[in-house]
Amino acid sequence: MRLHTIILGLCSASAIAFGAHAESITIATVNNGDMVRMQKLTDDFTAKNPDIQLQWVTLEENVLRERVTTDIATRGGQYDVMTIGTYEVPIWAKQDWLLPLDNLGDTYDAGDIIPAIAGGLSLDGKLYAAPFYGESSFVMYRKDLMDKAGLTMPEAPTWEFIADAARKMTDRASDINGICLRGKAGWGENIAFLTAMANSFGARWFDENWQPQFDQPEWKNTLQFYIDLMKDAGPQGASSNGFNENLALFQQGKCGMWIDATVAASFVSNPTDSTVADKVGYALAPDNGLGKRGNWLWAWSLAIPAGTQKAEAARKFVAWATSKAYLELVASKEGWANVPPGTRTSLYENPEYQQAAPFARMTLDSINSADPTHPTVKPVPYVGVQFVAIPEFQGLGTTVGQLFSAALAGQSGVDDALAAAQAAAVREMTRAGYIK
Amino acid sequence: MARTVPTGTKLGWTIAAWVVALLIFFPILYTIVTSFKSETEAIAGFNLVPSGTLESYREVQSQYNYFKPFMNSVIIAVGSTILALLVAIPAAWSMAFSPTRRTRDILMWMLSTKMMPAVAVLVPMYLIFRDWGLLDSRIGLTVMLMLINLPIVVWMLYTYFREIPGEILEAARMDGATLWGEIVYVLTPMAVPGIASTLLLNIILAWNEAFWTIRLTTTNAAPLTAFIVSFSSPQGLFWAKLSAASTLAIAPILVLGWFSQKQLVRGLTFGAVK
Repeated sequence: MRLHTIILGLCSASAIAFGAHAESITIATVNNGDMVRMQKLTDDFTAKNPDIQLQWVTLEENVLRERVTTDIATRGGQYDVMTIGTYEVPIWAKQDWLLPLDNLGDTYDAGDIIPAIAGGLSLDGKLYAAPFYGESSFVMYRKDLMDKAGLTMPEAPTWEFIADAARKMTDRASDINGICLRGKAGWGENIAFLTAMANSFGARWFDENWQPQFDQPEWKNTLQFYIDLMKDAGPQGASSNGFNENLALFQQGKCGMWIDATVAASFVSNPTDSTVADKVGYALAPDNGLGKRGNWLWAWSLAIPAGTQKAEAARKFVAWATSKAYLELVASKEGWANVPPGTRTSLYENPEYQQAAPFARMTLDSINSADPTHPTVKPVPYVGVQFVAIPEFQGLGTTVGQLFSAALAGQSGVDDALAAAQAAAVREMTRAGYIK
Repeated sequence: MARTVPTGTKLGWTIAAWVVALLIFFPILYTIVTSFKSETEAIAGFNLVPSGTLESYREVQSQYNYFKPFMNSVIIAVGSTILALLVAIPAAWSMAFSPTRRTRDILMWMLSTKMMPAVAVLVPMYLIFRDWGLLDSRIGLTVMLMLINLPIVVWMLYTYFREIPGEILEAARMDGATLWGEIVYVLTPMAVPGIASTLLLNIILAWNEAFWTIRLTTTNAAPLTAFIVSFSSPQGLFWAKLSAASTLAIAPILVLGWFSQKQLVRGLTFGAVK
């Protein structure tokens, strides 16, 4: 009896001492379905790594961006793992703010990461962030409305076809808009869509000497086409619509087509929330026959700041959260349809995933067709498909986004908006020293 | 003799007061209503009748432990208020009863610090907090909120103290009261309504402060403002969950405001009618 008591006491003391020595890492992340799911599944990680405790900080996207930027720039050391996107990775890696992720373990299989995604998260061939989920953009359309309009959506449509179909599908009396596109101002909102669209029209933000190009005919063609199309076939108040607003419109059956993130496919095809779940078809983002499609490339990724004191524990967590085993864990608990998409080639070869996600092949094709290093028809000095990976882009992109949003709202003309965008870009690029 | 107000005028003022009150309260009411809707309902358009689902509250509770940020909010709001009062009561006493030629300038200067946008000093403050080891600490945030609200607290107390006749304090001094005794036993009891309303207003301001509380915390000291902001989503519907989180965050302060409204109004109108 006494021996039992002593052993029990020793075990308890060991457990307490062990717990006290457990290393705690803080992970900053955004609130989206995949990230929330990961937080619920972390028991698997802590069971495999009992000496590491996880602390989560979930923030709204823009607040997260501001918080982690402040922390990493000042080496505050508040976070051990950060959720960042393809925009931040090349800029921060260049500043030596991130640790390279070249050793994520023998079983990690970094070669399985989709090449386009890996390219967007690398600098000089080194991976600086591990993708948690990746996305491109494509066309989601109502098959029933397309049939009613007497049209058949090709797998790779042109902008001309999209515009014609949108106008034919529009039925204002039934509250059906032929097409829903982003109009809300912001570098991650309307500018993400319009930059990708402009690429397919042959436009570019800057020439090889960093001279802004909004005064070129390609931009005029892009913006005029977009505004005419939205006037004829877009929803009312489109200048306030971002991803979530258009998602709601599409789910309520008020959009014939929607061109946006591939991740939206899982929302619009979910019968719990979507009234049109069984009527949705998918196609590649449109082109203009110039060799580039209007689709983007984005990945929410996990990176380790250079200032962390817990690099090894952080590395173990990143390897777990972005591994093939994690995808299988999600599939076993919540089904293949809920696996974070767009990161690993092997996922798209999995027949179970292909069956659970009818949009899988189209998603992969869209991701593969985006090239962050050669985003548009003409050569550019920057990296990024729907953004320009320079620190000044957040501010400049939002300014230009406001001008384009105002043009969509009818507050200014296309020429005025482009002239103001050109002036703002020249001013900012001169101030930042790109233009001598 | 009291002036008789015609019934029509009374009715008009009553209706106007109700309309203004409802307009001011409407965003809070709609947040509460939305919290009892499903995500699809929440974004479907204007509707004041929810389906009554508790799904959003369940989701919020499953994602986040409400108690921890709640306790942080209580500690930070109450702590910063007590600290502010400890500093502000002597300061306001001095300015009200021993004014100098520069008193009004000092008061204006204190208030002018509130006009500076907080983001202008974000990086310097972040570096100070980092170097002093105050990032993500309740102590750091308590001191920060105390400093932010101090000008308002001093101004409010100064206004209340000015209404107290200086002769009463002089009489206390003649009766042998020390400075401490004068402030604690004579001035403070007379200014209780003013101090109570200052305390309540400061707690409300500290409770709702969202700029610094989100930017200087991560996990340990994160209050309810950080709890709310975690439910906004870039991709996916979140209005109902965000409303549920907001309702949970504002509920304690709404209850506090409801029960203390008499003191609050009394304090805020103290000295307004001669």
